[in-house]
Amino acid sequence: MEIEVPDNVALTSLDYLASWCRKNSLWPMPFATACCGIELMATGASRHDVARFGAEVFRFSPRQCDLMIVAGRVVMKMLPVLQRIWLQMPEPKWCISMGACASTGGIFDTYSVVQGIDRFIPVDMYVPGCPPRPEQLIQAIIDLQDKIQREGSFLGNEFITDARQQPKRALQELELGQVPRSLPIIGGKA
Amino acid sequence: MVDLSGVLEQLKSRFGERSWDYSEFHQNQRLVVAAELCFSVLEFLKKTCGFDMLIDVTCVDYLHYRGAKDRFGLVYIVLNTVTGQRLIVRAFLNEPDLKIPSVVPLWEGANWLEREVFDMYGIEFTGHPDLRRILLPDEFVGFPLRKDYPLRGRGERHNFERITRGEG
Repeated sequence: MEIEVPDNVALTSLDYLASWCRKNSLWPMPFATACCGIELMATGASRHDVARFGAEVFRFSPRQCDLMIVAGRVVMKMLPVLQRIWLQMPEPKWCISMGACASTGGIFDTYSVVQGIDRFIPVDMYVPGCPPRPEQLIQAIIDLQDKIQREGSFLGNEFITDARQQPKRALQELELGQVPRSLPIIGGKA
Repeated sequence: MVDLSGVLEQLKSRFGERSWDYSEFHQNQRLVVAAELCFSVLEFLKKTCGFDMLIDVTCVDYLHYRGAKDRFGLVYIVLNTVTGQRLIVRAFLNEPDLKIPSVVPLWEGANWLEREVFDMYGIEFTGHPDLRRILLPDEFVGFPLRKDYPLRGRGERHNFERITRGEG
């Protein structure tokens, strides 16, 4: 059956539309603790202009952000603050670990510096460099946009770890010749 | 380097010659005193010799240091803002008696400096009005700038709960 669609109407899935909206309006929370923060500012400034990717609205309140950019080293006194800010951000939210220190502790292998924030909060993108150039951070934002478009769903099911495993589990069950016990609830690409 | 001979004469007449040791090295003028005398020497320097400004209070751990006899070396740097005289006063401390009178009654600015030394080395400044940790979290155990403290700590940097995607 063919349905007549006027020229000014486009059909898509709700998941695709939601992801498309989200990826083009990432509002960063600048968690800038060190020299990476200077590069983060340069990324936001006119020469590199992260506004081209819809991510120029740096908000200093976690309640208005959906992208946390951890730029710089995090010490053990700061980590509870980082976790609290992360929990205060509304879903859906993503995290970029910018630079060697945030990702691994970098050269600061001492008693007080956390050796990689991904031990304590979820991280979507890692940016290497000490500090990374703005181009690298922009590349991470572009890659994150791809990821959001690829995996995102309207209800945010991709954030539920259990639900993320369901397609894999269903595939395994099919390979074993079993009937999948539960159909995957994520997916739905346009 | 400003001449200190007048100050040294005054010190000699007040404390005698044996109780302190003066030396110069790379244009640093240094005075080593016994820990018991430290407060009275600093008080004398401030009230009689005009050293009205305390630049810094810090500490050195001489564990495993070549030729060192004492464990901790406390360092006070004082300045006479009128004459420009500068003097480094040092006192040595050994375990288990890591106590020295606080100089907060002389210079208010010593408050946070002494708290930092307490935080990092565990030196107890008796008479300090508010001796608690200043940089490290209150629940921190140990004194990390001591040479026998492991560089990578005792696991405190990873002693946090983990937040996953599902929560929050």
